[in-house]
Amino acid sequence: MTTRYTKSHEYVRVEGGTGIVGITDYAQAQLGDVVFVELPPIGQSLSKGAEAATVESVKAASEVNAPVSGTVVDVNSALTDSPGLVNEDPSGKGWFLKIKLSDAAELDRLMDEDAYREFLKAVS
Amino acid sequence: MLMRQERAMEVAPEAKTFTGNRALEIEEGLIFETGRPENTGVDLDEPLPFKHRLGSLERQEPTGLPGLSEPETMRHYVRLSRQNYAIDAGIYPLGSCTMKHNPRLNEAMARLPGFTDIHPLQPQSTVQGALELIAELARWLMVMTGMDAVAMSPRAGAHGEACGMMAIKAAIAAKGEGETRKTVLVPESAHGTNPASAAGAGFEVRPLPARADGTLDPAEVKSRLGPDVAAIMLTNPNTCGLFEKDAVEIAALGHEAGAYFYCDGANFNAIMGKTRPGDLGVDAMHINLHKTFSTPHGGGGPGAGPVVLSSRLAPFAPVPFLRREESGFRLVEHLGEAPGTFGRIAAFHGQMGMFVRAFAYMLSHGADGLRQAAEDAVLNANYIRASLKDLLSGPFGDRPCMHEVLFDETWLKPTGLTTLDFAKAMIDEGFHPMTIYFPLVAHGAMLIEPTESESKASLDLFIAALRDLALAARRGDTGRFAGAPHYAPRRRLDEARAARIPILKWAKPVG
Amino acid sequence: MRYLPLNDEDRTDMLARIGVSGIDALFADIPKAKRLEYDLDLPPRKTEMEVERLLSGLAAKNVAAGSVPFFVGAGAYKHHVPASVDHLIQRSEFLTSYTPYQPEIAQGTLQTIFEFQTQVAALTSMDVANASMYDGSTATVEAIAMARRITKRRKAVLSGGLHPHYAEAVRTYSAMSGDAVAVLPPDVFAVETLGGVVDDETSCVVVQSPDLFGNLRDLSGAAATCHAKGALLIAVFTEVVSLGLVKPPGAMGADIVAGEGQSIGNRLNFGGPYVGLFAAKAKYLRQMPGRLCGETVDASGRRGFVLTLSTREQHIRRDKATSNICTNSGLASVAFTIHLTLLGDAGLRRLARINHANAVALADRLAAVKGVEVLNETFFNEFTIKIAGSAAQVVERMAEKGVLGGVPVARLLPDRGLDDLILAASTEVNTDADRAAFAEALQGALSC
Repeated sequence: MTTRYTKSHEYVRVEGGTGIVGITDYAQAQLGDVVFVELPPIGQSLSKGAEAATVESVKAASEVNAPVSGTVVDVNSALTDSPGLVNEDPSGKGWFLKIKLSDAAELDRLMDEDAYREFLKAVS
Repeated sequence: MLMRQERAMEVAPEAKTFTGNRALEIEEGLIFETGRPENTGVDLDEPLPFKHRLGSLERQEPTGLPGLSEPETMRHYVRLSRQNYAIDAGIYPLGSCTMKHNPRLNEAMARLPGFTDIHPLQPQSTVQGALELIAELARWLMVMTGMDAVAMSPRAGAHGEACGMMAIKAAIAAKGEGETRKTVLVPESAHGTNPASAAGAGFEVRPLPARADGTLDPAEVKSRLGPDVAAIMLTNPNTCGLFEKDAVEIAALGHEAGAYFYCDGANFNAIMGKTRPGDLGVDAMHINLHKTFSTPHGGGGPGAGPVVLSSRLAPFAPVPFLRREESGFRLVEHLGEAPGTFGRIAAFHGQMGMFVRAFAYMLSHGADGLRQAAEDAVLNANYIRASLKDLLSGPFGDRPCMHEVLFDETWLKPTGLTTLDFAKAMIDEGFHPMTIYFPLVAHGAMLIEPTESESKASLDLFIAALRDLALAARRGDTGRFAGAPHYAPRRRLDEARAARIPILKWAKPVG
Repeated sequence: MRYLPLNDEDRTDMLARIGVSGIDALFADIPKAKRLEYDLDLPPRKTEMEVERLLSGLAAKNVAAGSVPFFVGAGAYKHHVPASVDHLIQRSEFLTSYTPYQPEIAQGTLQTIFEFQTQVAALTSMDVANASMYDGSTATVEAIAMARRITKRRKAVLSGGLHPHYAEAVRTYSAMSGDAVAVLPPDVFAVETLGGVVDDETSCVVVQSPDLFGNLRDLSGAAATCHAKGALLIAVFTEVVSLGLVKPPGAMGADIVAGEGQSIGNRLNFGGPYVGLFAAKAKYLRQMPGRLCGETVDASGRRGFVLTLSTREQHIRRDKATSNICTNSGLASVAFTIHLTLLGDAGLRRLARINHANAVALADRLAAVKGVEVLNETFFNEFTIKIAGSAAQVVERMAEKGVLGGVPVARLLPDRGLDDLILAASTEVNTDADRAAFAEALQGALSC
C-alpha cells in the first residue's frame, strides 16, 4: 500500500491498481466544519489535477483535484448525510472517491509521507 | 392564558424568568406561530358580486399565510427590531461599508408624493421634476468625479460593476477586439463582487498581487498586460484602506496596452472633494449611494450604484439615459434610439427613491461639506490607527491610512484567540464589530471604518474599549472572549448546522 | 455642518495624536498634480429648510398618482400601503442596520427575512425562496443563469408575453455571457405555441403570467413541453397581488419563479427601489443566487436565524459565484413582509378579489366607449384595449385632461405595429368616479 500527497493537500492511498482519494487533516482543519460535499459520477474519467469533487464549509468552498489520472469506480455516499466525517476522520471514514489508476508512474511525482510533513512545516 | 403560540417559548438557561424574556428584551415567535390565516389587520370591503374573467385559473389552494391585527403586527416587528444593532444606536465600524449617519431629511424628501407616487411609465411630460432631479444628481456625480457621463440605472454596487464591465466589453467589441481581449486583471485584495461581475460579463479573471506596502506595483501590472487584457479592475483607495499612489501610471500603462480601467468606487468617501477619479485615468467607476451618499442600508438594501463613464465609454452607456431637449427632459428608453448602447440592465429607470435621498444629502453638504466629510472620515480612521497601533498589528507597518484602517491577527496569535473571538467580545461591549476576514490578503483581517459621523467622544470610548480588550487578550484573560457574546439577544449561532440541515422556511411542526 | 460632529478643537487634538501638522498630510499619497486645490464647482452647503424648498419645488412638478384618476400598470402597480408599514420600516433598527453578518445582534433582520422567505414560498407554491433580488427583471436574468448552471445548456426561450424590459435585460446579459436567447414575437392574445421552439439545447422557457397584455396563462402545458426536453420552466410575474386569486406557478410545474414584489408594501417610486422575488424547487437549492436565511440554534439551545449556504455567493466563491449580488432589497422586503402580515391569507384574497372586480368594472365601462375594444378573454387587474387611433397620442391627450389612462404598448414595444393598443390597470385604489373619468377622457381623446 502506498500513500502519496499533493501540494493542494489531497492524498491518494493506492492498493492494487485502485487509489482511495481524500483531503488531509491539515486541509479539513483549514476548511472548518464541512457542510456539503459534491462527488463525481461513477465512471467519470479524470486527468491528474482536474477537479474531482467540491467540499464546502461554512466559510469556504474548495475544489478537490484528482491526484492521479484514472476512472472513478466508487464514491463515499455516506458523506451526503454526514459531511462531518471529513473533519472527524479525513484519512479513514471521510474518504471521497476511489479511482482506478491509468498511469501508476504519476505517483512518483507526488510527495510521500515525510516530504508532505516537511511541506506542511513550510506552509504553516 | 398567556400566549397563543402553539408551543411555549424557549427559556434560556440563564434567563430565570417564566417567559424567557429579560425585561425589555422580549423573545418573539414567528408570525406563523402567532397569526392565523383568517385574521387580518387591513380593513377591506368585499366587492359587490361580479362575473370573474379568470378562465379556469382561479386559485384553489389557500396560501395559508397568517394575518395579524395592526396592534399585534406593530408589536411583533417592534420587538424584532429591538434585537438589531443600528447606526442610530452606536458606531458601526464596518470597513468597506461606510456606515455613516442616515439623515432623516432624506427620508422626508423621498416620501414627498411627487417623488414616491409617480409611475415610471406615466407620460414623461408629467414627471419633469423627477427627470430634472435625476439630471441634477447626475451632474453632481460627474463634477465630483471629473467624468463625462453617468449610467444611473444600476440597482446596487455589484450591478454597477456589471454595467461598467459590459460597457468595456462593448467598447472592445466596437474596436474589433472582442475575440482577443477576454481577460480582466483583478487584485487579490478585491471585494468578491469584482471577479464575480467580470465573470458575469463573460471575462476570465486573473489575479494581481500587491507589493509589500499593500499597493500595486506598476511594473507588476505592466508584466501582466498584453493584447489579451480587456481591463484592470482596481479599488482606490484599495480595500486595505490605502491610496493606490501609482494609480495614474497604472492607468496609463493599461491604456497604452489597449485596456480599460475600471475603478470600484466603494471607498469614494475618502477622496470626494480631494481628487477626481477622472483625473486618475478611470474609464468607469460605480458609486455606492448607500455608502458614500448616506442612503440607508436597510438591513441589506436597497442600494444604488450609478456608474460614471469616461468619454471613451460614454457612447456605450446602457438605456435608459436622459437627454435635455427644448421641450424639457426626455428619457431615451429604446435601443433603436441609442446606436452604441450595450443594452438594458434592468426594467424601468433606476432607484429613484435612493436618488432623492442621495441628492438631499449632497445639497445639504455642498461642495465644502463633502470635502469636509472626506477629511473627517480620514482623520477619524487615522485617529483610531494612531491610538491602537501600539497594541494591534497591521500587515503594512506604521503608515497613515485613508478612511479605514487595517489590522491583522498577528498580535493575537500568541494568545490563542482569533479575530472572530475578538470581534464577538466587542459585541458585549456594545459595539458592532469591524469587518473581519476581509480583505483576504491580511491574515485574520480587522478592517475599521468609523466614517465622519463619529464624534471624538464616541471614538475615544471605542478606542478605550478596544485597548481594554486587547490588553485582556494579551494577559491571557480569555473569559471575555471564550463563547462571546454573552449579553447579546443570542449567543453564538451554529452556522455549520444551518448549512448541513437547511431550514429556509417555517413548516408546521409534525405531531 | 449639522451631520459632522467634529469641531476645530477636536480636529487639532486628533491631528496632534496622529502626529501630523495638517489634514492634507494624510492625503499625501494622492499625486500633487491630481489633488484638488479648491472646492468642487458645486453649490455650498444648504440648511434643511433650503433643501426642503428646493426638493419640494421639484416634486411639485410631477403629477402624483394619488392626485388624479390613475390606471397605469405594465409592471408596477399602485396599491394602498397601510400607514403602519411605512412607520415600521423607519424604525432605526430596520432602517439603519446592515446586512446581518453578525447574527447575534441582527435577529430582527434575520427573523424578518425568514418570514419573508416563507411568505414568498407560500405565495408561489414553491419549495424555497431567497431573501430578495433587486427587482423582477434582474430576478429573471438570474433565473436563466441558474437554469444554465443546472442544465448545462445555453439557449433560453422567452415567451412573447414577457415584459419587454425584462426581455431586453435578458438579451443584454446573454449577449455578454455568450448565451443564446430566442424571443418569441409579441403574443397579444396568448396563442403562441412552444412545441416547435423547445429542443435538446434549450435550458429554459420563460413565461410571464399574468402576461404583459394581462392574459392569464396556464403554465402546465409549457411545463410539460419543457420537461419532456430536459429544459426548465421559469415562471415570471410582475403583479404579486395576482397570487391571491390566480393559480400559483408552483402548482403548474414551474421549476424557478422570478417575480416583482413591489405591489405589496412598496410604492411606485418612479421605478425603484422595488423587490425581486425568487423561488425554486428544493432540488435546485444549491444553484440559487442571492442570500438565504436559515434556522439554527445558539450556544444556549435557543432558536435563532443566520445567513446560510454562503459558499454560493460572491464574497466566498468570487468568480465562480452563482451571482455577483451583494446588497439586495433589504428594507423593501421588510415592507413586503409587514404588509403581507397585516393582510394574511384572508386579506390578500379579498384584496385580489377587489382588484379583479375593479378591473372587470373598468373593462365593461371602456368596452362601452365607441372605438374601444377589450382584447382579453382572461385577466387579473390589467388588460389590453384596442382603440381607433394612436394610443400614444390618446394617452397624452388624456393626461392633459388630468387622467393617467394606462400605458401605450408602443412605449414598450415600438415599431411593431402595436400602436393602437393601451394597457389599462385597475387596483383597489380606483373608485367608480375614477373609472367614469377614464371612460369620459378616453371618449374625448378619441373624438379629437
